[in-house]
Amino acid sequence: MSQKSWTFLMVGLSFALYLFIAWRTRVRDTHGFYVAGRGVPAAANGMATAADWMSAASFISMAGIISTMGYAGGVYLMGWTGGFVLLALLLAPYLRKFGHFTVPDFVGDRYESNVARTVAVICAVFVSFTYVAGQMRGVGIVFSRFLEVDIDVGVAIGMALVLVYATLGGMKGITWTQVAQYWVLISAFLIPAIAISIQLTGQPLPQLGMGAELLREGVPLLAKLDGLHAELGFAPYTEAFAGGWDRVNVFCTALALMVGTAGLPHVIVRFYTVRNVAAARWSGFWALGFIALLYLTAPATAAFARYFLIESLQGRSEAELPEWFRHWSHTGLILWLDDGDGRVRYAGGEALAENELFRAGSLGAADLAELRAGHERWLRSSGSEGADGRQALRERGLSGPDPDIIVLATPEMAGLASWIVALVAAGGLAAALSTASGLLLVISSSVAHDLYYRMLRPDASEAQQLLVGRLVIGLAVVVAGLFGIFPPGFVSQVVAFAFGLAAASFFPVIALGIFSRRVGTVPAIAGMTAGIVFTAAYILGSVYGGMPRWCFGIGPQGIGTVGMLLNFAVTLALTPLFPPPSAEVRALIDRIREPEGAGPAVIAEA
Amino acid sequence: MSGGEDPRLHACIQAYWRRNLRLMAGLLAVWAFAGLGCGVLLADRLNAFRLGGFPLGFWFAQQGSILVFVALIGVYALAMRRLDRIHHAELEALRRSGAPREG
Repeated sequence: MSQKSWTFLMVGLSFALYLFIAWRTRVRDTHGFYVAGRGVPAAANGMATAADWMSAASFISMAGIISTMGYAGGVYLMGWTGGFVLLALLLAPYLRKFGHFTVPDFVGDRYESNVARTVAVICAVFVSFTYVAGQMRGVGIVFSRFLEVDIDVGVAIGMALVLVYATLGGMKGITWTQVAQYWVLISAFLIPAIAISIQLTGQPLPQLGMGAELLREGVPLLAKLDGLHAELGFAPYTEAFAGGWDRVNVFCTALALMVGTAGLPHVIVRFYTVRNVAAARWSGFWALGFIALLYLTAPATAAFARYFLIESLQGRSEAELPEWFRHWSHTGLILWLDDGDGRVRYAGGEALAENELFRAGSLGAADLAELRAGHERWLRSSGSEGADGRQALRERGLSGPDPDIIVLATPEMAGLASWIVALVAAGGLAAALSTASGLLLVISSSVAHDLYYRMLRPDASEAQQLLVGRLVIGLAVVVAGLFGIFPPGFVSQVVAFAFGLAAASFFPVIALGIFSRRVGTVPAIAGMTAGIVFTAAYILGSVYGGMPRWCFGIGPQGIGTVGMLLNFAVTLALTPLFPPPSAEVRALIDRIREPEGAGPAVIAEA
Repeated sequence: MSGGEDPRLHACIQAYWRRNLRLMAGLLAVWAFAGLGCGVLLADRLNAFRLGGFPLGFWFAQQGSILVFVALIGVYALAMRRLDRIHHAELEALRRSGAPREG
């Protein structure tokens, strides 16, 4: 069977499974639609949270980014997992005890203010749309790379699928589909990693294989990579704080990602779906455990792929290049522009000018063809005609292969079987779809529950609420799909934005809402506003405005840390000047701090 | 259930919350030390040591911190289960001794 038929088979089977689950879990009330009837067991919720949380970026891009960054890639690993500790210890059990449907619900009720609720709704919708656009794009990319379907058609297929199972089953359908998607994506990630680890080091556990000796050379893999990097002009793979990733930036970025993770609404709402407070704690444990399976494997995949990439390309002539290189250079993820000696040379750091491997990035096919033709003429005329394409690509910041190639092409680099390559395609789709559906539900619940029901039409009936919820999710799918088809150029920077914003807005406001009985409405709104405005202005200023990094040299990815501190500082400084919350709110705080006792939220669902 | 009426009930709930906070502070200190400490602030110094084929700082940044994080949440869930049981028993004892309990 050909590669393409395998891929169609794997993707088709996984889609059929998702639709079957959607039909079996369709719901009829808002309880099922928003919080899956609060009947999800802790381990299943952990699995769904893991699938929800691990996006197309975690599955497709993260290992590649680590592979390029070496040590500093650890900020993503630590940041995205460390946030779960904050979430499980500081937020999840209390929000579950509070027992409503959404994050703005908590903010609005705790601070007794519809202004606070509205700010929270806007943040939740913005963060979710930012994210979901990237997921839809991810679906399109997997379709176009593996099945040679047009990206737009791929996005449309993904939209149709999510539309069916999200509107039919709401949170319940999404939860059980995510459980299935977790298994698809984790096996798609682990099987190739284990196969490659055995092939390279004889060690079946990739986490140990990464630190083991290479069978063929008898030197430890990481030492070999450090050596290769030194030869090519890069900083050593395992060296801490190389280049722009100095201590301050690694620290601030890791912390911003941690706090941002804890503040992401689509992850927080997952803890509303379990039975009780204890289940919320265990669910956090299961979630991080299931996530760790992928996050502990990704750095191993990154190191293996780095080795394959350099070893199979460096110094090769056109005829010696491996098959996967030819296949993937069609996609523009990797390009070779020779300097005239007929041998591939991959270089970076000090030797960046000699590098011959590039990526197409967002360069159109026509521009790229023109650039290559100019480069051919430049080579043949020894520099008197045409133009050096390498210089043009270097100036556009397109040096080196696209990080996405690491996960997508590594199974082929290692010469693994066709069905494994097909499984990777299904896994990438599972990762993108599971995250997209979770985010769409947050958008739907923020608009339909918080805006429509809590603020505009408190007398709406159950059926009306459900209808509005379904309409909003349908509309959100279409908008997200349009973002996927016409991606705004800023999608990649915007992810930093989503985390920075979540860190600077939600985390302080929720944490103080639980752990302080004194913080009142005005300080909380002022703190949230200060955090958001500062973070947004800094990111926009440094990405678009060419603003220098005046704040301790911190880049846009790490500035959420400062925004969070600013939020805490403003809120706490203003608190003594304003009245404390009302007696009802203080009773609410006491209730969520204590697992026993019959709070109204628990009575309502019994 | 603010427990404002009965001082014993109030004390019981206060004790539960204080124990919870102490546990949380301890675990978060480990969290910060393993992740931000060993994985970031001390990474270059720890890289002078080796763990198998790994430089130690690099291992903490890409493997060790994640293992510690998973363990921390597990310890928290276990410790809180114990704390919840003690708290439950204390509340039961109070109720049997005739303390009024609202809610």
